[in-house]
Amino acid sequence: MNSLLEIVKVGIADMNIVKTPGLIRTSGLGSCVGVVLYDLSAEIAGLAHIMLPDSSLAKNTSFNSAKYADTAIRDLVSLLMKNGAKASRLNAKIAGGAQMFQYSSGSDLMRIGPRNVEAVKKELYSLKIAILGEDVGGHSGRTIEFNPESGELVIRTVNKDKVVI
Amino acid sequence: MNFSEKNISSIQLDILKEIGNIGAGHAATALSTLLNKKIDMSVPDVKIVSFDEMIDMAGGPENVVAGVFLRIEGDAPGSMFFVLPLEQAEIFIRELPGNIPFCADELPYDELAVSALQELGNILSGSYLSSLSDFTKLSLFPSVPMLSIDMVGAIIGTGLLEISQVSDYAIVIDTALNDELQNTNAVNGHFFLLPDPESFQIIFKALGVPDYE
Repeated sequence: MNSLLEIVKVGIADMNIVKTPGLIRTSGLGSCVGVVLYDLSAEIAGLAHIMLPDSSLAKNTSFNSAKYADTAIRDLVSLLMKNGAKASRLNAKIAGGAQMFQYSSGSDLMRIGPRNVEAVKKELYSLKIAILGEDVGGHSGRTIEFNPESGELVIRTVNKDKVVI
Repeated sequence: MNFSEKNISSIQLDILKEIGNIGAGHAATALSTLLNKKIDMSVPDVKIVSFDEMIDMAGGPENVVAGVFLRIEGDAPGSMFFVLPLEQAEIFIRELPGNIPFCADELPYDELAVSALQELGNILSGSYLSSLSDFTKLSLFPSVPMLSIDMVGAIIGTGLLEISQVSDYAIVIDTALNDELQNTNAVNGHFFLLPDPESFQIIFKALGVPDYE
């Protein structure tokens, strides 16, 4: 039966939403952070695959808002509200922000994972959205899948058992 | 600056292909010497791709690989990946003298095996880069290569960070290495060279090609 479920796939620096019965998934999160915002009573969820912490890092004026933590979360909230979610009922689950390579050079971009996580938390805090589950940091890539009906986020990593938060 | 097929001319594409050709050619020779095996390489593919497309070129985001990543520093900065499918990494380790235990499904990986893979990345990317440096007369030097055995999406996502600040697309110079028989023992790796956006002009200028717009 599970195979009949529609799975919405979200690419890198992308976002989308899903309603029951459906799942939303993003694969290969490294230093990127997957942010799930969901309204359990409306059975709707949105997922953004964020690459960078802050849109002020953008070196040109027109940019893809799903790439940055601050703009992606704000856009995702308004997208969800347009589709029937209520801002006051939104909760969040986040995963990712790993450090894929051991730190060596002085490049600040190498510790982008933790910075992404910080930026996501700060933005969620300012929008008063509670984080009900997180699996962040570490050194492994993650694939995450969210079910808007149960509110469960399934996290898969290479060579480890899957985790549900 | 955003890339599109329009603002890069066919002569410039050819130059980038030649860069892939020379670099990977030297790397293939190094690999061939290392393994004492005949190694073939594909004609380099130069593409302007979205990040998702680039990850698909390496086998899709969840494909587990041994990926060596390094930053190119010097006159024309950029990023480089050498991506080796996991079975290939196992075969490579087995080809080495000294019976190093390495099984892709077992953690933690043997320290020696990880070190050997890192060294493989080091030798190959080093030969790629030094030939590129000779060819362009630019001073290019690699950072210490970093190895990660994980999902391609996670590995490449990290290497795209520099480019992602200016663009949603990357110019990828992709060269595949194969051994001559194409059988299951084939060494089948990919080189991805991703010059930083501002490096293209420098590379083209060094080679006397009309300006990149």
